[in-house]
Amino acid sequence: MALPDTASLPPTRTDFRDRTVGRLLRRPSALVGLILLAGILAMAGFADIAFPGDPLDMAGTPLLRPGDAAEFPLGTDMMGRDLASGIFHGARVSLLIGGVAALVSLVIGIGIGALSGYYGGRVDRALMRVTELFQTIPPFLFTLALVAILQPSIATITTAIGITSWSGLARLVRAEVLRLRNSELAQASIILGASDARIIFLHILPNTLAPVIVSASILVATAILTESSLSFLGLGDPNVVSWGGMVGAGRETIRTDPHVAAIPGVAIVIAVLALNLLGDGLNDVLNGKGERR
Amino acid sequence: MSDPIPADPVLAVDGLSIAFQTRRGLLPAVRDLSFSVGRGEMLAIVGESGCGKSLTALALLGLVPTPGRVTGGAVRLEGRNLLALDEAALRHVRGARISMIFQEPMTALNPVLTVGEQIMEAILEHEPVSRKAARERTLALLERVRIPDPARRFAEYPHRMSGGMRQRVMIAMALAGAPAVLVADEPTTALDVTIQAQILSLIDELRREQGTAVVFITHDLGVVSRYVDRVLVMYAGRKVEERDTRDLFADPFHPYTQGLIAAQPRGLIAAQPRGLAARSQADARLPGVARERLTEIPGTVPALAAMPPGCAFAPRCPLADDLCARTVPPPRPAGSGLVACHHAGESHAI
Repeated sequence: MALPDTASLPPTRTDFRDRTVGRLLRRPSALVGLILLAGILAMAGFADIAFPGDPLDMAGTPLLRPGDAAEFPLGTDMMGRDLASGIFHGARVSLLIGGVAALVSLVIGIGIGALSGYYGGRVDRALMRVTELFQTIPPFLFTLALVAILQPSIATITTAIGITSWSGLARLVRAEVLRLRNSELAQASIILGASDARIIFLHILPNTLAPVIVSASILVATAILTESSLSFLGLGDPNVVSWGGMVGAGRETIRTDPHVAAIPGVAIVIAVLALNLLGDGLNDVLNGKGERR
Repeated sequence: MSDPIPADPVLAVDGLSIAFQTRRGLLPAVRDLSFSVGRGEMLAIVGESGCGKSLTALALLGLVPTPGRVTGGAVRLEGRNLLALDEAALRHVRGARISMIFQEPMTALNPVLTVGEQIMEAILEHEPVSRKAARERTLALLERVRIPDPARRFAEYPHRMSGGMRQRVMIAMALAGAPAVLVADEPTTALDVTIQAQILSLIDELRREQGTAVVFITHDLGVVSRYVDRVLVMYAGRKVEERDTRDLFADPFHPYTQGLIAAQPRGLIAAQPRGLAARSQADARLPGVARERLTEIPGTVPALAAMPPGCAFAPRCPLADDLCARTVPPPRPAGSGLVACHHAGESHAI
C-alpha cells in the first residue's frame, strides 16, 4: 500500500550542503568575512611567487614610507626589510599557527568533552576538574610560560596555544553530548545494540557540529592574536616573519614612522575580523536563526 | 490464535520485579510480573500511564533507567536470562535477537544521516558484511516495510519524511538484525488514525511473514484488539488479567479490565451503547459492566509510595471488601488465561 507523502524531491547530501553554503553567502557580514579570509589565504599561497626572496633580508633603504618607492609599495622598516613581503609571508605563519593550534585545541576539547559528557560519573568529575584547572590559569600567561620554557619555534608556539585554549570548547562539547546522551536518539541506538564508539562518533558528535564549527572559527582568530602577542613580546619564532613580530619591530619607530607598526597591525585586525564575521555568520546559519533546516 | 501459554516461548518473563531506589528506600514499580510470548505471537501489555508497562518494555532489553533497578525475576530470551548478562553480551543481543520501536520516531532517528545510512549502520553493527551487501539489504528492508521507491528514499533525511514513513524506517531498522522479538512501545500513539491502522497492519503482516514475536505496549485497548492474540492487563505494577483477546473482550473477569473495556468511547462490545451521552450515577457500578453503560473508572491509580497492602485496585473497586484491603489476590487460572482478583467469577463462573 503506497502512502501519500509530504516530501517531494529526493534530497541528497550535496543538496543540504549547498543550501547551508547558499544561506551563508546571503549574509553580508559572512560574505565579507569569507572574501577577506580568501584574500589572506591567497596572500599566503602566493607569497613565494609575489615575493620570492627571504622577507627577513634587507632589501632597500630603511624606513621608506608607502608610496616612496615603486618596488616597495608598503615601504620598509628600520632594517630596510620589505613590509609588503613581510605581510605576505607573515600571513602564512599566522594562518598556519592559527589553524594548527585550533586543530590541536579541537582534538583535545572534543575528546575530553565527549568522554566527560558520555560516560559521566567519575570520568566526568575527573575530566572536568582538569578542565577547570586549565580555566583558572589565564590562557595568555600560561601560553607565555610554556613557550618560554620550551624555546620559541613554530611547533612549540602552536602546541602551547593548542594546549591552553581547549577548556571552553570541552565544556561546550560536554554540555551538548550530555544533552544528546539522554536523548531518544542515543536510547534508540543503545536499544538497537550500537557500541559506545558508534554512538559517540555516528550519532552524538555529528549532531554537536554546529556550535563546534562556530567556536572553531573563533579559536583560529584567538590563536592568531595570541601568536601575534607572543611575537610582539619577542617570544615568536625568530626564524620566520610574523605579523606580531613586525608590530614589535616597528615599536621603536612608532613616533617617527608609525606605518611600520601600523601596517602589520591592520593585517592582524583584518584577519581576526574576517574570522569573527565568518563565525557570526556560521552561528546564524547553523544554529538555526530564522529558517529551520 | 495461538495457545495461551506457548509450549516453547521465545521470550519468557518470570517473576520480574523492578523498583526505584529512592532516599526513603525501594519503591516497587513492577511486581512479580510473568508472561511469555511464542514465535509469531503478538501480545499486548495494556495499562494506564505509570502502571509499569514501559519500564517492563525496557527491562525486556536489559535496560532499566536509573534510579530503577531489577529486584527479582528473569527475562529469558530464547532460553538465556538477559538480566544475568553483562553489557557487552547484551549489546550483541539488542538489535540482533530483540529489538524495539518507539512512540516518536523523529527523535529516535539521527537528523544528520540519511535513513538508508542509518539502517545500513544497524546492519553493520551486528554483521560483518560489506557496505555493498548492507546497502542491498537496506533496500530490501525498505521494500519490506512497504516504503515506495526505496532507492530514492534511501538518500532522504528523516525530516523530509512523514510521521508514518519515519515509523516504517524505525521498523526497518529494528528488523535489520532479524530479531526473534520486537517490542513496540506505543508505536502508533504519535500518528493519526489512518496511519495508525497502516502501521499496525504492517507489524501484523511482518510477524506473520517472519515469525517475529511482538510485545505491544499500549494504553489503548481498542487500537490493538484487532491484531493481538493475547492481552495482558497491568495495574499499578502488577498483572491483573491475561487472556486471549477474543475471550477478554467477550467476558472480562477483572473489575479493572471491565472498566477499561467499558470506558472505550466506541462500542467495542456489541451490547454496549455507542457514545458517551448517557452517563448516570446508577451506571457507575462495575458488576456486569460490559452490558451496562460505564464511561470511566472512579478514582486514580495509587502513588508508588502509597500502595495499599492488599489489592492495588481495591480503593477504586465496587466489589472490594476486607479481604481485598488485606491481601494481594494471587493470579489464578481463568478461562483462557489468568486473573488476579478475589471476587472475579462470583457473578458467573469463570
